[in-house]
Amino acid sequence: MKSLPIVDHPTKARPFVADTERFHWHDQALWFVRSKRDKQAGSVPEWEHLRSLASQIKTETIANLGDYLVEFERNATALGATVHWAADAAEHNEIVLKILRDHETLRIVKSKSMLTEECGLNHFLEDNGIEVVDTDLGERIVQLRKETPSHIVLPAIHIRKEEVGDTFHEHLGTDEGASDPQYLTEAARQHLRDKFLAGEVGITGVNFAIAETGGLVVCTNEGNADLGVSLPRVHIACMGIEKLVPRFQDLSVFIRLLARSATGQPITTYTSHFHGPRDPNSELHIVLVDNGRSRLRNSNEFREALHCIRCGACMNTCPVYRRSGGHSYSATVPGPIGSVLSPTRDSSRYKSLPYACSLCGSCSDVCPVKIPLHHQLLAWRKELVGENLLPYSKRISMKAASILFRSPRLFSMAGWMGRKSLKILPHWATHNRLNTWTIARELPEPPRESFRHWYAENRKR
Amino acid sequence: MSVALFIPCYLDQFYPDVAIATLELLERLGVDVVYPDGQTCCGQPMANTGCTADCAPVARRFVELFSPYDSIVCPSGSCTAMVRHHYDEYFADDDPKFNHVKSRTFELCEFLHDELQIKELDVQFPHKVSIHQSCHGLRELRLGSCSENMTVREDKVRNVLNLVHGIQWCSPTRTDECCGFGGTFAVNEADVSAAMGRDRVADHVASGSSVLASADMSCLMHLQGIIRRESAPIEVMHVAQILAGRNPKHVGNA
Ligand code: SF4
Repeated sequence: MKSLPIVDHPTKARPFVADTERFHWHDQALWFVRSKRDKQAGSVPEWEHLRSLASQIKTETIANLGDYLVEFERNATALGATVHWAADAAEHNEIVLKILRDHETLRIVKSKSMLTEECGLNHFLEDNGIEVVDTDLGERIVQLRKETPSHIVLPAIHIRKEEVGDTFHEHLGTDEGASDPQYLTEAARQHLRDKFLAGEVGITGVNFAIAETGGLVVCTNEGNADLGVSLPRVHIACMGIEKLVPRFQDLSVFIRLLARSATGQPITTYTSHFHGPRDPNSELHIVLVDNGRSRLRNSNEFREALHCIRCGACMNTCPVYRRSGGHSYSATVPGPIGSVLSPTRDSSRYKSLPYACSLCGSCSDVCPVKIPLHHQLLAWRKELVGENLLPYSKRISMKAASILFRSPRLFSMAGWMGRKSLKILPHWATHNRLNTWTIARELPEPPRESFRHWYAENRKR
Repeated sequence: MSVALFIPCYLDQFYPDVAIATLELLERLGVDVVYPDGQTCCGQPMANTGCTADCAPVARRFVELFSPYDSIVCPSGSCTAMVRHHYDEYFADDDPKFNHVKSRTFELCEFLHDELQIKELDVQFPHKVSIHQSCHGLRELRLGSCSENMTVREDKVRNVLNLVHGIQWCSPTRTDECCGFGGTFAVNEADVSAAMGRDRVADHVASGSSVLASADMSCLMHLQGIIRRESAPIEVMHVAQILAGRNPKHVGNA
């Protein structure tokens, strides 16, 4: 495997945030979703109780994950599904390809699944001569533009409707310059209809799998998952092993939280349950994927990240995500949860992500399953320092600060020098590109004396 | 009751008036307050960068210095949160000095509200004011309700400021969005940080406010830098300055 480039979030964020008009529009679009979420959350009196319940259920599930998975496999198999186990992304892709080969399939329709995105399934299948059509509208737009989703719930949130018009003009033959959402959606609908009819196998993600029943639940707003698996005879459902809930009744907690947190809807338009194959002539394959999840489960520090139900609320609320765009994270899952998850895969490649955070804590408070996201990001920073991954310049400056703060005399002296030099030096000497602070901000005006000096003069005892 | 004043490093060096205002306010309220000699910093810059080893001796020094006092009061939510929520890893669970300091360190508004329970203040401030809620004050110290949680909490900063006569409240549309300071984040992610700050200032200006008040001077230092660069028609004041009866600068200049 060729070595991957190091992700440097500040560098990748720069062009996005420099385009003032775009970032404001992106920020406002997501803030709108966050506000809708606030209204919906506020309309449920027991909201905070639901969050606690969800968190407890997840803790219990993850603690007994092995048992629940076995129970799930037993029950799903009894319903007529075939359960496959994949240790990693490569194995997952091979399993899917084998099923497709067994059915001599050349075309698949796929509804939204961050897991297949994580595994790079599209590229893998295309390299093997199989046409993949993403049927979620946002994902289709992104797919046509040869991009990746920039958000886990709103994959094309970074693209404006005018740009969608251009893309559709090029690929679907819509009128040039068209940007009316109604018109464009209709064009996509017609285009996807043909693809649905031609699809031979339907692939979906999974929102929840129920150990007690062996069933699956898929939530969408477009009904594309249902259509995608209703026409073909074969349905492949790909899921990370953490998607499990123990009991059927647990679903009620998560279904109430998911759509409200994700888009501010009381419930997704389609909440489809799949309990075994549709009929005796159909097949349901369930691929259970680990791909690093067991490793995460073994980590005391980051285990709770497995609670994530992929609602995207932490992205919508994150002031950094809103202004830097999903692609600045260079990861399948961006935003706060992505910055926790990505370094678990490759800490050196993703080392800038835990620092792409002002530690405001909004993500932790918005998360429906109470993952302490900003504390985990802080924990990651310690981890990275422990792994010697912090740049030398920062390590040195923190060492120096530590020495300074251990000695009040040194501290006073340095402060005095700092204030003096700020006073004496001309503006250009302190406000230039070398001083990152002053690119957009003025330094504070230095006062005549420090407080400690004032106190010594004015409050002698 | 002996109360120690904990003045964060950057306040000591760059915003002494905030510290003086805090001191004068407490004295006027009859508190026996001292400023322990030899204090520097709580260690937050190092801790937030992940440099635990560099933070540990600073934290230990802090506890050693402040443990003799009944209470420790700090005009900064962020530094208070550091001591209360992030010092645990540097001390044994049963360390009596640490446990005392941890449970007796208060942010200024919190101290006035919960400990002193002040009910009146003879101070006028007839100006248009908007509050910038600091994230750490809000989400670590829970000084008020935050917009993500559906839990109603008393807004201690506003309650205390409400004792001042004549304030006309203005409210930004995003009541508690981060200003983008975040300590070393402001340098690390300079572009995003500045964009966040500019948005924050614009929201406050649009609310009609002429004084942007906060209980955290670190947020204000960053916002003030932007205000001055952009010549925005608003100024920043620390809550302690308003409570101590200081006037906004623009009044003096008028
Ligand atoms: S971490 Fe929480 S808020 Fe973020 S996507 Fe996962 S469940 Fe949603």
